[in-house]
Amino acid sequence: MGDAGIDRVSERTRGVGPWAWMRANLFSSWWSTAVTLALAYLVLRGLAGLFAWGVVHAVWSVPVGANGMADPSACLDAAGVGACWAVIADKWRLILFGRFPYHEQWRPALVVGLFIGLYAVSAMRRFWHAGLALAWVVVLAGVGVLMWGGVLGLAPVPEDSWGGLPITLILATFGLAFAFPLAVLVALGRRARGLPAVRALCVLYVELIRGVPLISVLFMASVMFPLFLPEGVNIDKLLRAQVAFILFTAAYLAEVIRGGLQALPAGQAEAADALGLTYWQKTRLVILPQALRLVIPPLVNTFIGSFKDTSLVLIIGLFDLLSMGHVALSDPPWQSFSTEVYLFLAVIYIAFCFAMSQYSRSLERGLDRSRRR
Amino acid sequence: MSAGVDGGPAIVLDKVNKWYGSLHVLRDVCLTVAAQERVVVCGPSGSGKSTMIRCINRLETHQEGRIIVDGTELTDDLHALDTIRREVGMVFQSFNLFPHLTILENCTLAPMRVRKMPRREAEALAMGYLERVRIPEQAGKYPGQLSGGQQQRVAIARALCMKPRIMLFDEPTSALDPEMIKEVLDTIIGLADDGMTMVCVTHEMGFARQVAHRVVFMDRGEVVESGTPGEVFEAPKTERLRGFLGQVLRGH
Amino acid sequence: MSHAVADERPIPARAAPKRRLRLSWADRRFRAIVWQVLIVGVVGAILWYLIGNTNANLAARHIATGFGFLHRVAGIPIGESLLPYNPSVDTYGRALLVGVVNTLEVSLIGIVLATILGTLVGIGRLSRNWLLAKLTAVYVETLRDIPLLLQLLFWYTLLQGLPPPKRAWSLGHAAFVSNRGIVLPLLHWQPAHTAALAAFAAGVLGTALWARHARARQDATGVRPRVWPVAAALLLILPLLAWAALGAPFAVEVPVLRGFNFRGGLTLTPEFFALLLGLVVYTAAYVAEIVRAGIQAIPRGQWEAAEALGLRHGQVLRLVILPQALRVIVPPMTSQYLNLAKNSSLAVAIGYQDIVSVADTTLNQTGQAIEGIAVIMAVYLTISLSISLFMNWYNARIALVER
Repeated sequence: MGDAGIDRVSERTRGVGPWAWMRANLFSSWWSTAVTLALAYLVLRGLAGLFAWGVVHAVWSVPVGANGMADPSACLDAAGVGACWAVIADKWRLILFGRFPYHEQWRPALVVGLFIGLYAVSAMRRFWHAGLALAWVVVLAGVGVLMWGGVLGLAPVPEDSWGGLPITLILATFGLAFAFPLAVLVALGRRARGLPAVRALCVLYVELIRGVPLISVLFMASVMFPLFLPEGVNIDKLLRAQVAFILFTAAYLAEVIRGGLQALPAGQAEAADALGLTYWQKTRLVILPQALRLVIPPLVNTFIGSFKDTSLVLIIGLFDLLSMGHVALSDPPWQSFSTEVYLFLAVIYIAFCFAMSQYSRSLERGLDRSRRR
Repeated sequence: MSAGVDGGPAIVLDKVNKWYGSLHVLRDVCLTVAAQERVVVCGPSGSGKSTMIRCINRLETHQEGRIIVDGTELTDDLHALDTIRREVGMVFQSFNLFPHLTILENCTLAPMRVRKMPRREAEALAMGYLERVRIPEQAGKYPGQLSGGQQQRVAIARALCMKPRIMLFDEPTSALDPEMIKEVLDTIIGLADDGMTMVCVTHEMGFARQVAHRVVFMDRGEVVESGTPGEVFEAPKTERLRGFLGQVLRGH
Repeated sequence: MSHAVADERPIPARAAPKRRLRLSWADRRFRAIVWQVLIVGVVGAILWYLIGNTNANLAARHIATGFGFLHRVAGIPIGESLLPYNPSVDTYGRALLVGVVNTLEVSLIGIVLATILGTLVGIGRLSRNWLLAKLTAVYVETLRDIPLLLQLLFWYTLLQGLPPPKRAWSLGHAAFVSNRGIVLPLLHWQPAHTAALAAFAAGVLGTALWARHARARQDATGVRPRVWPVAAALLLILPLLAWAALGAPFAVEVPVLRGFNFRGGLTLTPEFFALLLGLVVYTAAYVAEIVRAGIQAIPRGQWEAAEALGLRHGQVLRLVILPQALRVIVPPMTSQYLNLAKNSSLAVAIGYQDIVSVADTTLNQTGQAIEGIAVIMAVYLTISLSISLFMNWYNARIALVER
């Protein structure tokens, strides 16, 4: 490790001026200097290569051929040298909104906006009260109306034509909204003193789900759920996947919430008991408000995880953002430009996840500060 | 035993036994507290005094013997428990204020939810008691913004808001810095003048002398001696009490 | 703490009595029983309803339940397998077993590599070198924010874009990289190699014994005999001697191009390699954060206290810092290992034949959906349970060492 190794003195030597800073942080020893030079060389070469590929030699658009399809010959000529952003220019609406009727695509776009707004509002401390739950109900209902249509003069759109980013956001957000109450009950059940059977049931549920991969739960949803229902009753594939998501997310959320319940000092429950509050009053007014606030950062992290996990529905044939990228790539002219499409998708995922993880980190810092106070 | 003022005794513990697994923590504890009587319980740590006081409002369950509070016996019967918890207030060593609620909300929570009192009435009542413990100006703050002594005074006000007939104090000053102990003890002494039944676990001998009608000494889960502060402190009958007093006096 | 008390007479022990139950809604325990019967009853009723429907549906579709299909010939072609497997003879049971072995293979190698890479990145994030610290931070932040499935597809298409075997990149005409995978030369295994391996095992045992002896000597005399020269001799020279004694055979099977693909040598298929790469690179980002948090969790006072006692740098690390850091690191690391094993199920998306992929093919061919999913779940539950049992045992051990 040498000098490039563990920095156990956390305050770095702060010199004066850029030269002093560089000597302290980049060239503090011959070993550190070597590391800096080697890394700087690699980074500069990598960035230069990326710039040449992604900007200088890139093909931004291609003409439409006689058959009405894009003519990718310009891209094919540049293959290996320059990126073919024309595939994004041609397919971005398909990737983002799926096969939603072209002229109605303002609806899924609005849905995406509604979700982002909902996240932003939920993130703000001053909205953390009962009204927030109402906002969720209203927004989720609005999402349903916009997507299905059939009311308010909106043309009905069947679920088969839904796709892209709205599906990803719907699966993650509805998953959280419905998993959350279930998770609270399971977490409480797992800590219920004097109810060993309920406890065993909750432990079994949580450990069973957490012990198996999501894909097996999704398989179960796609091939076994139809067997569970009485003959003639058929539920949509999206709904089945949604149910699987809720069941899966709830087990993880339950563990997070249980952590919050455990972190609460026993004195809080005792004080509530001594005042004569009933179990549900105690839980609702004293325990949960504190326990949930404690676990908001890990809750956000769980949400980030389930946001990324929605991509797994590709395997059972649903059309989320990643699957739509795949669909776009199955179009003959574009088949060999997967790198560009994957990069485009990665940027979208990173934008969402990065915003959420920065938020969770700032909350953690806030919690640390208030604990130290 | 001093006689109750309005009829029967406030608290009766009759041959109470309690075990934690195989550990026998209360052994045949007998104690009768008359209405309006003020009892101080002392003893070395691990003597079972906190466990005993926590049995009186059933934060701990006893396994043998009888506990009768205000004429109601404590059993698995939840109605009886609700009745008793409404009439018995408790103050904890670690305050246990609810940190997510303001001082005022801490005080109005139980009157509104348990006694079903309208908000305005509950707030008036709470402000009255906050004035009583001399911190009405803090009503809008959160517990984390108050000093330990102030928090404990709020905890006393919170318990009083349920208008209990009996108050239990479980080492109310043990978690406080020395300079804050007096403000809390003075508050409790102020209550003593109201004629409320009080049981207080504490090591503050000066306080015991000043307010207690009776001092009970516990050791290893048993009530060893009991009597007026004078009898207990000046003329200990057992070697165990003598040893304990020696330690406490040396320590102060 | 009854030190204040002179009288220590033993008090006769008595056991706690039992209580009788009262049949009243006001009775706490009666209420508890009613609640439990109610909740378990509702859950049971739902399950009963679902099972009833399932049976009716299966009967209507003429699907026989049971695991009899495991004995039928599978006919599933499996590209790579550590076990001998022949699709035209072997059964579904055997095919599933091959799938399990493939899952274990990629998971175990992945865990080892992710730990190494993650530890390096985690230490890099704490480096005093600003550039290294920032680059590792970017690595962690970016890779954690891209879904693993997207990363796997990216790696897989990247590997498929490599030149065909005829124009493969070659490394010294011994190893070849092409769109059919990576082919490495393979050692021609002979008895001498087995002997060397046995000698190495004996060396490990000997080193452990010597280390124990060294500790005993240190306890008795205060002087610790050197361990590393003995360890080096036992671990390196002993196997070499064993190998040389049997004629020091060394023959390597070099892969050669035959037609459209390579023959001989060790082949890492693009599917295996993409899955391994994806799992390692993704999980390492999480491991790095755990390692960083573990090292940062040790207060600086621990270094200062240990150095003030006169311990050398290495001793401080080995005797004071690592035992404490490990205690912080092991529990979250366990769940990352579990995650890696579970994430290996994404193999199905890129065609690596792990247990999920084989079971999926099986249930599509036989129609035995319930059994297929039951197999997947049982396998993963077993893996999860084994990893957490092992890690709990390890955790308990280091917790004891520390005390």
